[in-house]
Formats: sequence, C-alpha cells, structure tokens
Amino acid sequence: MKKHLGLFVVLMLLLFVLPVAAQEAGAKLVIESWRQDDINIWNDTIIPAFNEVHPEIEVIFQPTKQEDYNGQLNSRLAGGTAGDIVTCRPFDPSLKLFESGYLSVLNDLPGMEAFDSSSTVAWTTDDGASTYCVPLASVIHGFMYNKTAFEEKGWEVPVTKDEFFALLEAIKEDGEYIPLAMGTHDLWEAATMGWYNIGVQDYKGEEGRLALIDGTAKFTDAPYVQVYEELAKWAPYLPDGYQGVQYSDSQQLFTMGQAAIFQTGSWEISVFEPLIAGEFEMGAFRAPKDNADDACFISDHTDIGIGMNAATKYSEAARIFLEWVTTADFASIYANNMVGFYPLAKIDYSVENPVANEFLSWRNECGSSIRISASIIGRGEPGMDTDIWTTSANVINGTMTPEEAAAYVQDALDKWYTPAK
Amino acid sequence: MTGYFKSRKAFPWHIVVFLAPALIVYVVVMVIPLLDSLSLSFFTENPANVKENIFAGLSNYKYLFTDNYYAPIFWGALKHNIVFFLVHMLVQNPIGLLLAGILAKGGKLRTFFRTILFIPTILSFVLVAFVWKLILSPIWGVSKTILGLFSLEGLFQPWLGLESSALITCSLISVWQYIGTPMILFYTALIAIPDELLEAAKVDGANPWLIFWKIKFPLIVPTVGLVSMMTFVGNFNAFDLIYTMQGALAGPNFSTDIMGTLFYRTFFGQQQQMPNQTLGATIATMQFVIILIGVVIYMVWQKRTTVYEY
Repeated sequence: MKKHLGLFVVLMLLLFVLPVAAQEAGAKLVIESWRQDDINIWNDTIIPAFNEVHPEIEVIFQPTKQEDYNGQLNSRLAGGTAGDIVTCRPFDPSLKLFESGYLSVLNDLPGMEAFDSSSTVAWTTDDGASTYCVPLASVIHGFMYNKTAFEEKGWEVPVTKDEFFALLEAIKEDGEYIPLAMGTHDLWEAATMGWYNIGVQDYKGEEGRLALIDGTAKFTDAPYVQVYEELAKWAPYLPDGYQGVQYSDSQQLFTMGQAAIFQTGSWEISVFEPLIAGEFEMGAFRAPKDNADDACFISDHTDIGIGMNAATKYSEAARIFLEWVTTADFASIYANNMVGFYPLAKIDYSVENPVANEFLSWRNECGSSIRISASIIGRGEPGMDTDIWTTSANVINGTMTPEEAAAYVQDALDKWYTPAK
Repeated sequence: MTGYFKSRKAFPWHIVVFLAPALIVYVVVMVIPLLDSLSLSFFTENPANVKENIFAGLSNYKYLFTDNYYAPIFWGALKHNIVFFLVHMLVQNPIGLLLAGILAKGGKLRTFFRTILFIPTILSFVLVAFVWKLILSPIWGVSKTILGLFSLEGLFQPWLGLESSALITCSLISVWQYIGTPMILFYTALIAIPDELLEAAKVDGANPWLIFWKIKFPLIVPTVGLVSMMTFVGNFNAFDLIYTMQGALAGPNFSTDIMGTLFYRTFFGQQQQMPNQTLGATIATMQFVIILIGVVIYMVWQKRTTVYEY
C-alpha cells in the first residue's frame, strides 16, 4: 500500500511538472479581452485559422466581463499577471496604459502600413510618434428601416433631409407605424444614435472634427448647432412619452415591427436579425444630406484594437500573431463572423450579410470619421461625450435650445482646452 | 478588601482579548479605509507620472466648490439629495407611522399586512427599479391604463423622463420600497406601550386622537429620532436605486443626480469620462461630513430629550 502511495504521489507530481515543460517548449499566448460574447468565434474559427499558419504557437482567448475589463486589466498589468496580447479600448484608456509603459510600440510591425491614420489615431500618441495597438474593428452608424413595411406602403429611402422629414411626416400621417423608434431617457441614445449619427454629415467628417481640435472652429458654429436643430425636429416623430422611453424599449419597438425607422449602428445587425427573422426584412440608409449631390460622410468609429503586453515572455510569438491580425485572411474571418464589426485594414474583403454589406459599402462612397468627442477634445471633466449626452437629450426634450446646447459644450471645452498653435 | 484591590490593579487582559476580534475587523475594514479615503482627497494625480499622487492641499475642495462647471453639478447633487431626504421625511415616515398605528390596533389580518408591507424592503433594488420602470413606461406601462380606468388618461406623463418630475418620482419609489423599516420600528415601539397607560387615559375621557398625540407619540419620540437619523444616513448614502433607474448620469439633465451618483461617476469614471479618484474621494469626504453633522445633531438631541420610563 505504501509503495502504491509513493508511486501515486510521484505520478501526481509528474502531472504538475509536464504542462510546465510543454509551455517552455512552444510559446503560449493569452489574449485579454472584454468581448465575452466572442469566445466561441475565437476558439472555433479565429485561433484554428491562425494555427494553420503557425501551429507552433498556442493561443488562448481569455475574456473578462466587459464592465470590469479596464480595472482588472490595469491591476493585472501592474501585478505582472496580464496576458501577452491585450485587446485595446480606443483612445484615452489605452493611451494611459501606454504611458504607464504596459504596451509595446508597434510602429515597425510588418503589416501596419495597411491602416491609414484615421484608423490608427485611436491608438497613437497625441504627437503621432508611437502607435501601440493594431486596429481591429470599427462600427458604422446609420439608420435601419423596416423594408417590408416600406415596400408595402410605397415609402422611399430618403437621401436628403427634406426627403427624410417628408418621409417621417408620411409615416406619422399613415398612423400604422411609429416613425422613429427613439427615446431620451437613457441620454446616450440621443447622443450616440442621434448626434454622432447625423452630426458627421453636417460638419463634414474629419474636416469638422479636426477643426475643433486645432481651434479653427467652435462648437457654436453653424455646422454643429445645425445637428442640434435637426435633432429637435425629430421630437414629433418619436413614440409618445419619448422622454421616458429607454434604449431597450426602442429596440423592441423596432424589432416588434411597431416602428418604421431605427437610428442605430452596424453592431445592432447581429442582435436584430434573429429577432426579426420571419417577421420582416430590414434595410439600412445613411444620415440624410442637405442636397442630393453633397459629398457624404459617415461615422465609422474605431472601437477595438489589439496590442502587446510590454512584459510578455513571448514577444516574438506575439508579434507574429499581431502581424497575422493585419492580413486579409484575418479581416475576412473577422468581418464574416462578427457581423457589423468591420476590420479597418485598407484591403478588400467581402461580407455576406446584405445589411452589413450595405453599411460597409458606404465606406467606399463616403468620408469616414470617428466620433467627435473621442480624440483629444473629449478629455476634461466630465468630458465632451457626457456633455453631448445630456445636451442632445435636453434639446429633443425641448428644455434647451440648440444654441444653448452648443454654447454649453463649447464653454466646457474652453475651460481646459487651448488648441495647439 | 484585599481581593478587590488586587483585581483593580491587575490589567484586565480579558477585556482586551474579548474586544480584539471585533475591534481589529472594524479598524481594518472601516476605520483605515475611511481615513485613507479622507487623506486621498488632499492629493491629486501627478500629471508627469500617472501612477503617482502628489499632495495638493485643499485644491480638490476648492475645485469642487468654485469651478464654474463642476460646482453647479455638485451643488445640484446636494440640493437633489436634500429634496430626496425631505420626501422621505414628509412621506415615508408619516405614512410609516400611520400604518404602524393601524397595525398596532390589532385585527385578524395584522400579520398578513405587516408582512405584505415589509416585502418591498427586502426586495433587491434592481428588481424594484425594473418593475417600476415597467409600470411607468410610456410604451408598456400599466399606469396609463390604470389612469384610463378613472378617465384620467390625460394626466399620464413620462414622469421618469421629465426634469420637473423625475426626482420626485424616484424619491417616491424609494419611499415605496423602504416604508417597511419605519413602519416596523414604530410598530414595535407602539405595542411596547403598557396598556395601563392607555386605559387610564380612556378612563379620564381622552379620545383616540388625544391619546395618540398626548400619550403614545411622546412615548415613541426616541424611535422618531432614530428613524429620522436612519433616513438621513440612508438617503445621503443612497445610490443604487437612482443608478439602476436613471443611469450613472442621473438624467434628464442631471435632475436626479444625488451625492452617490456624482461620487460614482467621478471616482469610477463613466464612458469617456476618466476616473478621478482624488476628486471622488473629496466628494466621498463631503458625504461623510454631511452625515457626521446629521449624526452629531441627533446625538445632541438624543441627550437632551426626555425619555419616559415605564
């Protein structure tokens, strides 16, 4: 018996030792992420595809709960227990990690040339000197509509603002559908789905965004005030009691076929499709323009990046993995599995989903721009994003005029920001 | 005699031993973190090295009270918190007392109602917020239908979404949830009053109204004080219900923002807003000071008030 026990102990010890030995033979990369929803796609599709090219590198996708990610990642990086590959939030949260020395510079990573500066800006220092994450995906704003209802009633997809409001009026008069499924209770809905969605067209994309940063334009200038004016005009077409309607209510109004149009973004495609399957078909159109022949601009917001923990043991393997992320192979796998999230590389890839493809097609026709408050001018307390949330809802609720709203945002910006000369 | 002196002289180690576990736990999980967060409010993040805090004296307080952008938000939160507290004092506690008075009268269904009225208090705030948001929803809510039964449909408003009514609505929902606590406390105080006192008053010809105000109420004044203090502390620490109903930005237009939600946004950040832990600690310190003032007032009042023994 004692003999057996001794053997057993030795065996158990061996079991502990063996994986350690294996680890040292080949590189094992752990990916930190907040995308718990994506775990199956990574394990079943993305990682096997990578291992076909690089079977010697083991990759483990290890997501954290979305709301805990920033905090937990920070403490793991500080304590030296973080994974080798880090999924990067856009802009300041990642910039802070880079400044603390937790992320490696990736300027010289082969494949980075596939991204232009509007994609890498989310993970580049203010002076443009260092880029520390590979852009992974963006989301595109637009409007979704109930295609079945449109066809039945003979409504046309609007291109200009006049057409848009005429359409809303027609839907309201018809009475069967709520024209626009939106509420202001949750505030961010008014800003993200409203202001950011249509604003980019009024201030002409990057031109208007950069003008605010370099100080040649103010938030109180016509293009920005115009966004609020347009939002204010939405109010009569929203559901009754829209001040108390939440984002989840709006989603349900649209997917239950009670509302005709939903102002939204591409991330909603994969959420909505199973809900409306068999009920009706949906389509998408982009923010209306002043004149039909104006150039178009879309909010193509960089949302996810991926970088390398500066303290990783396997920096060679990590770079090989990140280089693979910049390839067309990866872009195509990612775009087709994460419907509504678009890889940012300037390479051709196709998306099979028709609605997702509609969103993607705008990228070729229109100027892309990120959300106005995302870079540099969004800092400060409580920050431009918060200010736009509150003021957009106020304007739609009719408790603030468009001019007051714009002045409020500009005042808050003036308080701490002096444009570089 | 000698034995007495001996026990006086020996250090009472057993007291230390018995106190130690509770004291150590209390110091480690309460006193040290509290002092730590108080001291954090005198620091600010070093702009040159984000991992380090540097001493900044009272600058966080100055910023909070005078900054033309942050100060209105802070004073607004304080004002809303006072309104939140007043609604509880004027609605929750009188109704709690009324219910307790009715329950104390006896009756067959007393236990049933006592339980029913106490249930919301033990429900999760997430559930309460969710249920009330549904009830009040302009789209799915039953409140419109119920008003319609009395032909009052025109009175329906999206109360949670209007600046004028959101704070009062949230306060009343909180009242609905927590009314069980004052009710039970008043109830136990009322049933503890000896029957002889009430019978004597009856014999003297006092009516129920007079009995309540002249006999019962003076006897439960200590409980009234206790309930008021608990309401005060609870309300100035409140956060969860507003956060789950109105979000961290406590909309519309910050109209439901109270100290707790302001602290949360500042300390932990909110979307693009970066966390500012030192300013957050400053707000937490202000909450602590406000509650401390309330508790001190209560203690002074409690020392001076007459407690009737029976």
